[in-house]
Amino acid sequence: MSAPIQLQPGETFILNVGPQHPATHGVLRVKMEMDGEYIVKAETVLGYVHRMHEKMGENRTYAQYLPNLSRLDYLGALGYTHGHVLLIERAAGIEVPERAEYIRAITVELNRLASHLFWFGCYVMDLGGFSPLMYALEDREYILDMLEAVTGARLTYCYYRFGGLYNDVDDDFIEAANRFIPRMRKSLKKYAALVTGNIIFQKRLEGIGHISAEMCRKYGATGAVARGSGIDFDVRKNEPYSVYPEFDFDIPVYHECDSMARFKVRMDEMEQSLRIIEQGLAKLPGGPIMAEKKPKNIKLPVGDFYQAVETARGSFGIRIVSDGDKNAYRLKLRSPTYSNMHLFDEACEGMMIMDALAFMGSLDLVIPEIDR
Amino acid sequence: MIQETTREALQSLFAESAPAVEVEAGAPRGNGVITRDYNAHGYHLDAQVAADQLVAAVEIIDQAGFFIESITGVDWIKENQLEVIYDFSRYDFDTCRVVIRTRVPRDQPIVPTITTIYAGANWHERETHDFFGIKFAGHPHLIPLLLPEDADFHPLLKDFKA
Repeated sequence: MSAPIQLQPGETFILNVGPQHPATHGVLRVKMEMDGEYIVKAETVLGYVHRMHEKMGENRTYAQYLPNLSRLDYLGALGYTHGHVLLIERAAGIEVPERAEYIRAITVELNRLASHLFWFGCYVMDLGGFSPLMYALEDREYILDMLEAVTGARLTYCYYRFGGLYNDVDDDFIEAANRFIPRMRKSLKKYAALVTGNIIFQKRLEGIGHISAEMCRKYGATGAVARGSGIDFDVRKNEPYSVYPEFDFDIPVYHECDSMARFKVRMDEMEQSLRIIEQGLAKLPGGPIMAEKKPKNIKLPVGDFYQAVETARGSFGIRIVSDGDKNAYRLKLRSPTYSNMHLFDEACEGMMIMDALAFMGSLDLVIPEIDR
Repeated sequence: MIQETTREALQSLFAESAPAVEVEAGAPRGNGVITRDYNAHGYHLDAQVAADQLVAAVEIIDQAGFFIESITGVDWIKENQLEVIYDFSRYDFDTCRVVIRTRVPRDQPIVPTITTIYAGANWHERETHDFFGIKFAGHPHLIPLLLPEDADFHPLLKDFKA
């Protein structure tokens, strides 16, 4: 038996969190220099699930690339495919029927809800409360069933097409969605009483993981991370796309800059998504779901095109540099969690390790989306 | 509003003779600021600068309160050049997206770092170095980010053979 290691006062040691660690929800590694329980310095190490989606974008036609987009963020995949089809439609000048855009908005919001529910359950589980995950997954199951019926997939959707949709929604979907909304509202009240109002939960999050608005700007943080730091920014409002201007909804903003603020933003966002779905179902126009005039093989004009959308995690951007061919000359994916995660290294300095993990969860990370 | 003031500030980097009109698609363009049609392209201002003007251009953007979206590269192998593209956007409702680009020769791809202005440029520059081999002079930690730690290849170069 070797003698126990004795650290001198002020001497630090290196702790590897991950790449296989349940709190990182994926293969993410953070190399932490520790002084006892306090983090002196942290360095995030990425690339464990890097698949080079950008190179695949150069090798495939625009339509062949569609399934790739839903493999970035497997929890909120529809938002990413939405960005891609919007960009192609913008660059190629394809008009999308109104009904298709409404269905896109409804399904994207359902997907956002599913993503937030999963995050909510996992986050509370990270903090030691197991039961809320079970409730959250039950609610999420209703959404996945609805989406599966129309899109044919439960997670990795390939539902949107350039100019419209692959499949129209039927009466069953509309009825199920209308039944789901009051159910979900009841659940949100339950979550507020069970989790948000819990004093132990509050004590673990309040004042932990401070991110200033200026830090958000320097790192390009978006989504709930920016909105929890008092920044009123949501691509759906700031740079409206699709049919979002038709809906009446609010952007929840909290000014505390801590993990609790980010938690509350996402909890409030679920109610706003329900409002959008409710209005979308009420207003859903008839008509075709696919554009009539649409080239069979899509070629984009020569140029450089960009499209941003608000996904469950923040502002997702996609850029295509086209040389006029049927596939992209260069395709760049700007993923929101990449920027949100980047500020972790700086923000967690001086934090205790268990606070840092509570802080990491509040960033809502999906690692395949960072690594692409 | 901000679009006009930013355009004028960026324009001051160039001599008066610099072209401020949209050139024909696909034709090589000189350095200068172009106002793009947002509906067609998805951004408002498109500025091409020389590599040594880059830091000055990004400082203008920083002082105007923009946040950094991303940094990426494009390999223009026919022109024997590498392009670095910087995207900036705003948090407020005065929507304005700015693209700043610079071109460097393929055999000497060196661009100054902007990590001193935007801390968030760190990973973006490392990623661009991974994929294109573009060196960011002054970067504090230019090691592979997404590729393996011993990677000596740059997969997004057009002459890359797997």
